[in-house]
Amino acid sequence: MDKAAWQLDARPAGADELVITLGGRWCMAAALPSPDSVTPRLAANVRRVGFDATGLTDWDTGLLSFLGSVLKTCSVHGITVDMAGLPPGAQRLLAMALTVPEQTLPGRNNGPTGISAQVGTALIEFVRGMPAMLGFLGEIVQSLGRLMTGRARFRGRDLWLEIEEVGPRALPIVSVISFLVGLILAYLGADQLKLVGAQIFIADLVAIGMVREVGALMTGIIIAGRTGASFAAQLGTMQVNEEIDAFRTLGIAPVDFLVLPRILALMLMVPLLTLYAGFIGMLAGLLVSTTIFDIGVFEYYTETLRALELKHFLVGLAKGSVYGAMIAFAGCLRGMQCGRSAAAVGHAATSAVVTAILLITIAASVMTIVFYQLGI
Amino acid sequence: MDGPPRSQNRLAAPHRGAHVSLGRPGGNMNATPHIEARDLAMGYGDFVVQRGLDFVVNKGDIFVVMGGNGCGKTTLMRALVGLQRPLTGTVLFSGEDFWSAAEEDRDQLKRRMGILFQGGALWSSLTLAENVALPLAEYTALTKAQVDEIVAFKLALVGLAGFEEFYPAELSGGMKKRAGLARAMALDPEILVIDEPSSGLDPLTARHLDELIVELRDSLGTTVVVVTHDLASILAIGDNSIFLDADTHTMIATGHPRDALQHGDPKVRHFLTRGGT
Repeated sequence: MDKAAWQLDARPAGADELVITLGGRWCMAAALPSPDSVTPRLAANVRRVGFDATGLTDWDTGLLSFLGSVLKTCSVHGITVDMAGLPPGAQRLLAMALTVPEQTLPGRNNGPTGISAQVGTALIEFVRGMPAMLGFLGEIVQSLGRLMTGRARFRGRDLWLEIEEVGPRALPIVSVISFLVGLILAYLGADQLKLVGAQIFIADLVAIGMVREVGALMTGIIIAGRTGASFAAQLGTMQVNEEIDAFRTLGIAPVDFLVLPRILALMLMVPLLTLYAGFIGMLAGLLVSTTIFDIGVFEYYTETLRALELKHFLVGLAKGSVYGAMIAFAGCLRGMQCGRSAAAVGHAATSAVVTAILLITIAASVMTIVFYQLGI
Repeated sequence: MDGPPRSQNRLAAPHRGAHVSLGRPGGNMNATPHIEARDLAMGYGDFVVQRGLDFVVNKGDIFVVMGGNGCGKTTLMRALVGLQRPLTGTVLFSGEDFWSAAEEDRDQLKRRMGILFQGGALWSSLTLAENVALPLAEYTALTKAQVDEIVAFKLALVGLAGFEEFYPAELSGGMKKRAGLARAMALDPEILVIDEPSSGLDPLTARHLDELIVELRDSLGTTVVVVTHDLASILAIGDNSIFLDADTHTMIATGHPRDALQHGDPKVRHFLTRGGT
């Protein structure tokens, strides 16, 4: 392609007129001249601009955008433009583009750029988001109240579908992660306990650690990534498709119909998954202890039974329930807050996971301190 | 989007509907074929939405694809623009077989088309300016300043001057549609394929869009394929058309829409008069 195919010239014609001569091919496929090559010529003494396009062989939007810029500059300087010399099609398209005046819209704020400003803005947004979080929590409590009094519009089938989705289908990933975490705990314990010749206490460490703390925490983090993000994406997509508005117009509280089954499903299933994770973790500890550290199977089993008390199971179950509620809360909150675009759905899913993990960590710390103080 | 019709229609039992010519075939007497569909059948699996489609879209024509809901208009559009391989038959662009071409050649052919989807299909993470600028930045040697000028011009053409920095989520449905048209026009495509241009637009904006489509054809020689239900638009801008029938799963008429209205198949006239004939 001949890149120098276009021709451009601007010559005075009379005292206050400038004629812009256009020739050759003015197509976007080739590099075209900038309007700046002409606009400086539109000096104060030019009152009229005309065009001569007789040499023009081919043109497209490349020419139109060039002319559009020239015309804008002429408009700013109050210069009269005679477009008669331009191809009729170009005249008409330029007229169409210039018919609708440019909207004067408020300036777009792309947000702060400095790190400290970004941190500050994030903090302010978090604080500003607190009333919305509390409001959503209030809606859930009201919805639970309606459920208790039999007034919630709630389909039992949805609850079972959610239970199946968040429980049995999460077993493979919970199994793998719990097994590996149990393995790590056993190795970690063995490394320290062998210093005092007390490797049998690997069983205590793994059993209490997995059942009471780590099982619930790991399950919570897995479910936050797997199910919390899924909740946010599902509800976010429903926001985009105006499905949630459709519930509202029918007088059905979306929280009853969409959020309640999800919260109940996670509050029921995460404790069970926590127990399951504890069991798998103990199996991993048994495997490591018997194959690597020469502890007998029966010995390990007896020590595990001796170490575990009912309170450890209850603590694990309580933590599982709380984490489940936190994950469902974060997932549903971010889904219901989702904007109306594909990008917003992605943002909602990410935000749901971050919020859930943050809430789980805070809850874990508070509960550990409380249980310690209560001697549980 | 039009979904497949409910009744079963199997490819194993082919049927060619009677094509009723509505006069002035091709619309333009000195016509050069730009798009040719030859014995085209589209569907999903063994379910055939439309079959036996033979038609020619001439260079510089505004070609209207008409038909009731679920007749396969959007499916035909997807076959024409390379999004869905037809079950049988082929599509030729300036004589070049689209579906038999190598993937790289198909990509080259696709770049000669601009497509406006029914909902605009703007990329939600990009501003309007970025949406329109992306094809220009990818496929031209223009400088950033020139791309910005062209983007501003294209948005001005569709009445969205000043909305460059807005995200699609901040726009109304009609504005999204117009911005989608600006993106479709970004590279001055030889062929513009538009799915339901006037849906969601007020009558004046719809008319402005019709004028713009005609102007693009007149000034830049763009061939335009319009999939639409809008009767006013069909009669105002169409040079040539086909009518897809959901019952027989094939085209039952081709020709100028005004001829269809006056002398066409009763089913087509029924459609074009909103059930009045």
